[in-house]
Amino acid sequence: MTWTIDDVEMSSRLVMGTGGASSLSILEDALVASGTELTTVAMRRFDAESRDSVFTMLQRLGIRVLPNTAGCYTARDAVLTARLAREALETNWVKLEVIADEDTLLPDPIELFAAAEELVLDGFTVFAYTNDDPALAKRLEDAGVAVVMPAGAPIGSGLGILNPHNIETIVSRAQVPVILDAGVGTASDAALAMELGCAAVLLASAVTRAHDALAMARAMALAVEAGQLAAGAGRIPKRPLALASSPFDGMVAAQ
Amino acid sequence: MTDHDHSPTIVLNGARHELPGATSALDLIAEVTGRDLNPDGTPADGGRLGIALAVDGEVIRRGAWSHCTLADGHTVDIVTAVQGG
Repeated sequence: MTWTIDDVEMSSRLVMGTGGASSLSILEDALVASGTELTTVAMRRFDAESRDSVFTMLQRLGIRVLPNTAGCYTARDAVLTARLAREALETNWVKLEVIADEDTLLPDPIELFAAAEELVLDGFTVFAYTNDDPALAKRLEDAGVAVVMPAGAPIGSGLGILNPHNIETIVSRAQVPVILDAGVGTASDAALAMELGCAAVLLASAVTRAHDALAMARAMALAVEAGQLAAGAGRIPKRPLALASSPFDGMVAAQ
Repeated sequence: MTDHDHSPTIVLNGARHELPGATSALDLIAEVTGRDLNPDGTPADGGRLGIALAVDGEVIRRGAWSHCTLADGHTVDIVTAVQGG
């Protein structure tokens, strides 16, 4: 089933970032294998040496870009980066990322919220990368962000979803789509995110830094699809004891 | 000595950069990217440029590049998309 942001309909619920790939050709293969329709890029100073750009490649592949504000520590820098991205890439969409420190790369809630308010007022469609904090997620939604994106675990850590309960709480209270962003290490993490009710999963390192990026990209695509189907299928309740699935009637017994 | 005796020097992407003379943002971007640009800032080849410009921390819209004359001491950043996130 498709999902929609800003009247843009997408089939794939896997948003694959472009970070961490050792070459553009490996990245291209992984993006194609993932089936993603939306991918993140960072904004950096132009380097004439690298004219064969990721932007050119994404246009060729027909994948929509979601510029991020990665590396920004303040609302001021994040807002400037978002405005540069809007001008360069001709999109109002921005993944707002305002980090607190380089060891955890976790969002700074104060700066994040300030930047979100300003960008919403400025007409951006804000995808807010946030902590797995239900209160902050709600505040961001109230400020007008289009998508709330809680971290499962620190960026690039591969630790999975450290607080599934919080993610579930965020999803249950949100009126906007929730995308699990950061921390995914392997396919089961992506499936879990979807089972918890997320609209999509955003990941990069788990694929681009895997030994076989192409195989992991495919695994993630399948996991997201499987998780979404499972979420809608109505899982059986957990029970403390067994419930036989074979009938006891008509059994034979040894003499 | 008048202003005409020396070339304007800007800080371009963090490094000193001497301009040949009166230079618009449009001229500079065409030079740096190696692409021909229309007066409205779009590439002459009809493609997309994927470039944004800030002067002293303020984004200059593409359509205004041709009117933006760079002056001595300006801090200019030209950015594009790279892998990330």
